[in-house]
Amino acid sequence: MEGMAGQKSSLTWAVNIAALLLVILWTIPTAGLLVSSFRDRDQISATGWWKSMVAQEQTGFVRTGGADDQVQDGDLYVLEGSLVEEGQTLAAWGTSSRDPGAFAPGDSTEVDGATLSVAENGGYRLESTVPFEMRRGERIFVVTESPPSFTTENYSRVLNAEGIGRAFMNTMTVTIPATVIPILIAAFAAYALAWMEFPGRALLTAAVVGLLVVPLQVSLIPLLRLHNEIGLGKGYVGIWLAHTGFGLPLAVYLLRNYMAGLPREVIESARVDGATEFQIFRKIILPLSFPALASFAIFQFLWVWNDLLVATVFLGNTREQLVMTGVLRELMGSRGGDWEILATSAFISIAVPLLVFFAMQKYLVRGLLAGSVKGG
Amino acid sequence: MELFLLAVGTIIIGVFGCVLWFWGSNFVLDSIYPPRGPNAGENIRRASTIRPWLFLGPAILFLGVYLVYPVVNSLWLSLLNGSSTRFIGVDNYTWLVGDSKFQESMINNFFWLLIVPALSTLFGLIAAQLTDRIRWGNIGKSLIFMPMAISFVGAGVIWKLIYEYREPGAEQIGLLNAIVQALGGDPQTWLTLQPWNNFFLMIVLVWIQTGFAMVILSAALRGIPEETIEAAVLDGASHWQIFFKIKVPQIMGTIAVVWTTITITVLKVFDIVFVMTNGQWGTQVLANLMYDWMFRGTPDYGRGSAIAIVLMVLVLPIMIWNIRNVRKEMR
Repeated sequence: MEGMAGQKSSLTWAVNIAALLLVILWTIPTAGLLVSSFRDRDQISATGWWKSMVAQEQTGFVRTGGADDQVQDGDLYVLEGSLVEEGQTLAAWGTSSRDPGAFAPGDSTEVDGATLSVAENGGYRLESTVPFEMRRGERIFVVTESPPSFTTENYSRVLNAEGIGRAFMNTMTVTIPATVIPILIAAFAAYALAWMEFPGRALLTAAVVGLLVVPLQVSLIPLLRLHNEIGLGKGYVGIWLAHTGFGLPLAVYLLRNYMAGLPREVIESARVDGATEFQIFRKIILPLSFPALASFAIFQFLWVWNDLLVATVFLGNTREQLVMTGVLRELMGSRGGDWEILATSAFISIAVPLLVFFAMQKYLVRGLLAGSVKGG
Repeated sequence: MELFLLAVGTIIIGVFGCVLWFWGSNFVLDSIYPPRGPNAGENIRRASTIRPWLFLGPAILFLGVYLVYPVVNSLWLSLLNGSSTRFIGVDNYTWLVGDSKFQESMINNFFWLLIVPALSTLFGLIAAQLTDRIRWGNIGKSLIFMPMAISFVGAGVIWKLIYEYREPGAEQIGLLNAIVQALGGDPQTWLTLQPWNNFFLMIVLVWIQTGFAMVILSAALRGIPEETIEAAVLDGASHWQIFFKIKVPQIMGTIAVVWTTITITVLKVFDIVFVMTNGQWGTQVLANLMYDWMFRGTPDYGRGSAIAIVLMVLVLPIMIWNIRNVRKEMR
């Protein structure tokens, strides 16, 4: 029995470790982007983001002042200065490129007949009994350590300069009506499909299920031409209508499934009491269907917010009209190496969906299950 | 600010318009056929044959114009020339079959279809099984599920940072190359490394879809009746046997649903390829190829539509399967 118990706990450990590994593997890509968006430009291109948490060692050199900078101190000629920038600490220094870390802070050495001493705080003092005559200063090699440093500068820069602020508003403008309007239309249709008797009901339901999988690509050319012909062109109204149309099958399907599961007695008794269908819908069905409405709202919100294809086709491609995914795509092309801008813009564009996701995850899961698991 | 007002205005007009339509049309119907008075019975009967169509009207209109009409219209356009001025029969399709980019897209799409649903479902199943058995399982689930909320473009940026390349020996800022270099290998430009670059693009979608598979499979695993598992435990089955011989067969239906749902997503995959390689270096896929033909200098609507119809034909079996399932259920 003891063996059994031991086995059980080692299995629990294995499960915990395996799960942890999986979670880390799935989180790291996003974490990398988040960390990168808070680093400054030089650091991003110097080291991987995973090193940003620890102090970074850098090797370089500093030139002392030349002959013009020397000051006389008694009978000594002196050059003074600092080897480190603000925020850095000096780890080691040297006078030759072959061994840049030969000396520790606090040491001193001889350079061309002069005495070079470097203090703990990075200040150096080069003193000589004869005047310095070199025009360019001596090179002192330094190994410095920069503490982890993070900045929000990228965010203020991107929001103001890279058009992301504007794109954020555009995305909002596209998303909110494109989420609200299909819900309303779908709710009425779903109620009719679930609770009204009429010929062709089964056929219509089947049609909705069929339309669920129609690839968006099929719609692009005909609709673009249609919008142009009826004078709608490229603009917000067109994209709202398009997203409403594309979102409807899922909305009707989800809501119908949910409404069909509501208790028959409630609706029947309301009918017996003389309530009109419109009253039943507004006072009974809508409030009871709130979870399904919320599920669909989240789906549609995420889908519209994250969409690139529909926006590129139905909205113009000028700076004033681009949505965030569009700007991000443009930045990937034009500023592919500027990771501080890319990472920050990407993070701004995924922040809202992530917030919605974490706040309303319950409804999202419920909607997924209603849409995919038979009888669930 | 102007934009904001426009948006708010539209919401109000849109919502108000919808409400007005539904409320108004019902009101009109009820006044034409009042459900009281001498003909009450007859009126109610008449009203209730018309009312469903009032409720369904806007939805049918939208579905018709935005989904049904385009399918029919695309089919027609695919038989016309590039500017849709002349009927050319199946020429676009014969051109497609011989086009090397189309062949490349078909082969790539085939591998996407093979690999992405399989890996997503597999990882989803593992994640579901693991997170269901630990105390912090719900937190783990949310974190694995999180990529679902990230746009394909955002995911493209995230993964481009992972695949980032620097000269051999230099400090690598891409995680993958940093690992490769730390293990003594040479850093690679992953996104141009044919044919493996396709696989590196697929990983992005697997990363996104695994959470979806996990959520659904986890619900299915929990729905398995306890008795079957208890019986297996009493018979001395090992953990692996219980999982593969008892649990997996019982959720086969759900696995099929997850698989087909991801398959549809894969067929439509556009953004990932579009932003990461734009179909260069042998990574073209159908959805992106279609976009190319639609938006190049002078758009070729005939060829673009033909590619769209190919996509439509590919999802057709799934569509029919879905409809049959739903009809079976409704009976």
